Amino acid sequence: MKVLTGNDLKTGDVIWWTGEGWSRHVDDAVDTGEQGEQILATEEAARRVNVPYMIEATREDDGSVRPAHIKDRVRALGPTVRPDLTLKPKSPEALDWII
Amino acid sequence: MYQYDQYDQAMVDARVEEFRDQARRRLEGKLTEDQFKPLRLMNGLYLQLHAYMLRVAIPYGTLNSRQMTVLGDIADKYDRGYGHFTTRQNIQYNWIKLEDAADILADLAKVEMHAIQTSGNCIRNISSDHFAGATHDEIIDPRPYAELMRQWSSFHPEFTYLPRKFKICVIASEKDRAAMRLHDIGIQIVKNADGEVGARFFVGGGMGRTPMVAPMIRDFVPLDQLITYAEACLRVYNRYGRRDNKYKARIKILVHELGKEEYTRQVEEEFAHLLEQGVEPPHEELARIAKHFGDPAFEDGPKTVDRSDPDFALWVDRNSHRHKHDAYVSAVISLKPVGGIPGDATGEQIRIMARLAKQYSFDELRIMHTQNVVLPHVKIADLHALWTELDAAGLGAPNMDTIEDMIACPGLDYCALANARSIPLAQRISERFDASGKTEKLGELKLKISGCINACGHHHAGHIGILGVDKKGVENYQLSLGGSEAEDVSLAKITGPGFTEDGVIEALETVTDVYLERKEGEERFLDTYRRIGMEPFKEALYG
Repeated sequence: MKVLTGNDLKTGDVIWWTGEGWSRHVDDAVDTGEQGEQILATEEAARRVNVPYMIEATREDDGSVRPAHIKDRVRALGPTVRPDLTLKPKSPEALDWII
Repeated sequence: MYQYDQYDQAMVDARVEEFRDQARRRLEGKLTEDQFKPLRLMNGLYLQLHAYMLRVAIPYGTLNSRQMTVLGDIADKYDRGYGHFTTRQNIQYNWIKLEDAADILADLAKVEMHAIQTSGNCIRNISSDHFAGATHDEIIDPRPYAELMRQWSSFHPEFTYLPRKFKICVIASEKDRAAMRLHDIGIQIVKNADGEVGARFFVGGGMGRTPMVAPMIRDFVPLDQLITYAEACLRVYNRYGRRDNKYKARIKILVHELGKEEYTRQVEEEFAHLLEQGVEPPHEELARIAKHFGDPAFEDGPKTVDRSDPDFALWVDRNSHRHKHDAYVSAVISLKPVGGIPGDATGEQIRIMARLAKQYSFDELRIMHTQNVVLPHVKIADLHALWTELDAAGLGAPNMDTIEDMIACPGLDYCALANARSIPLAQRISERFDASGKTEKLGELKLKISGCINACGHHHAGHIGILGVDKKGVENYQLSLGGSEAEDVSLAKITGPGFTEDGVIEALETVTDVYLERKEGEERFLDTYRRIGMEPFKEALYG
């Protein structure tokens, strides 16, 4: 699937396109199909996202979304060395999910 | 240390308000990201993997306790409770909000700090010896000259849009503790045969994807022509440095392609021209700056410590440096606790270091390019009390210049440029070598880890270097041996094919085992490597 991501303009937080707006949780991301570039342009022009770009990802059996590249998985979760600052702070599987 | 005059303060205050207006216009949509990006970068504000990152300048790594306290307060008030000390003697914050950035700069300006020229193709923070003005082995204190260069290079209209970023280092002893020859310009203050003080100029060094050791282009520049000569070096670069290819734009490429002789000839020609122009700052300005760097009121006292506590004795042996006054030492505060993140300190730890500097070190601290902190002037009589407080705050690791005192860049955990993570490797290595007791056996061993070819972790200059690369979407690590950023400068050589994360830690065990088996006398790892060469290490690694 093709997923649209970027950073929130005010906070810099990593955000993901949900089909209706933006979420800080990668699992809320939807497949933009061929519409990605158009959504990207509209949302960036409206200052709802900063430096947006498209990535490849897969939807897992449990419904979660896993970006194809490790860099985007780190972006999705947070720094692997600060589990207290990640979006899934106490998940023992968090590191495995990134690696 | 240097204190702003009315011009310094007015410039920094004006810059804060200018940036406040730029950020407001960005948030209101009156500036696009393409328009805003160069403006925010000029104020040290990057966009990294998880958020905006603010890099704050600490000129030549020197600051006072009031400034350090504000750095700790910023960590708590605007970030997530910690800051990261960098290999350019700066600090950076990883979780900054754009809407807070101007307020942070305003807080910094109140204590004579800023983030100007911590990014962009300009002259970056001037670096120096972290023991400057305190160490027993220097000719003069280099910091007045570093400060003069800071003032000369700040907002210099001719050097605001160089082909690429530009890094200058000034030291004043034969011992190089600042990686001087791996800078665009390295300046070493020396005495000539007549006892006159001047400067050697080394130009065209650097790390990154094309590491080079700077050749010396002049062995003696009179100190009252220092700025003029530096300006000549910059002018030739600004005129002929490549702007068509980012990867060939650093001055090291120009010096390499022209050849040292031709580059030097052009610099000398420009220097002669500039001497006629009279661009050197007036001597009175240097004298005004130098007044800020006088010695504090040292007192006589005990010259030895009570070594009955072995933990304290170990810390003194490892983490203190000989001072020019025999009743004092410079004390190194390690930001590398076992299993910790190299260079990170919490807001509370930063404030504790500030308080201890005020109590024990004439209100002064230094940031080391090895991501540690120095209290430059500590009475030997106060060392035990200082160590006790540091240890209680998790700041008492006795590991300076050991394998546990590694440099590690933020890597893929934070950095948008990185290909692999650096910090987890650093953590695992320090835990493993500390637990096995091997750290002690290895003695001085400088390990440096970078998460990409840009080499912010100085891996080219490590006795052992590790470079993280992306191998088809999987982290992979190249091992290199034999580098040094000290006065015996050299570039490390790659051992061979890379390793997985687990594999590179095993490889590190292997090469250190070879060293322990083959070392003679008091040889360091680097000495043994230079004596026996790469082959025994390769044989052990790859068979």
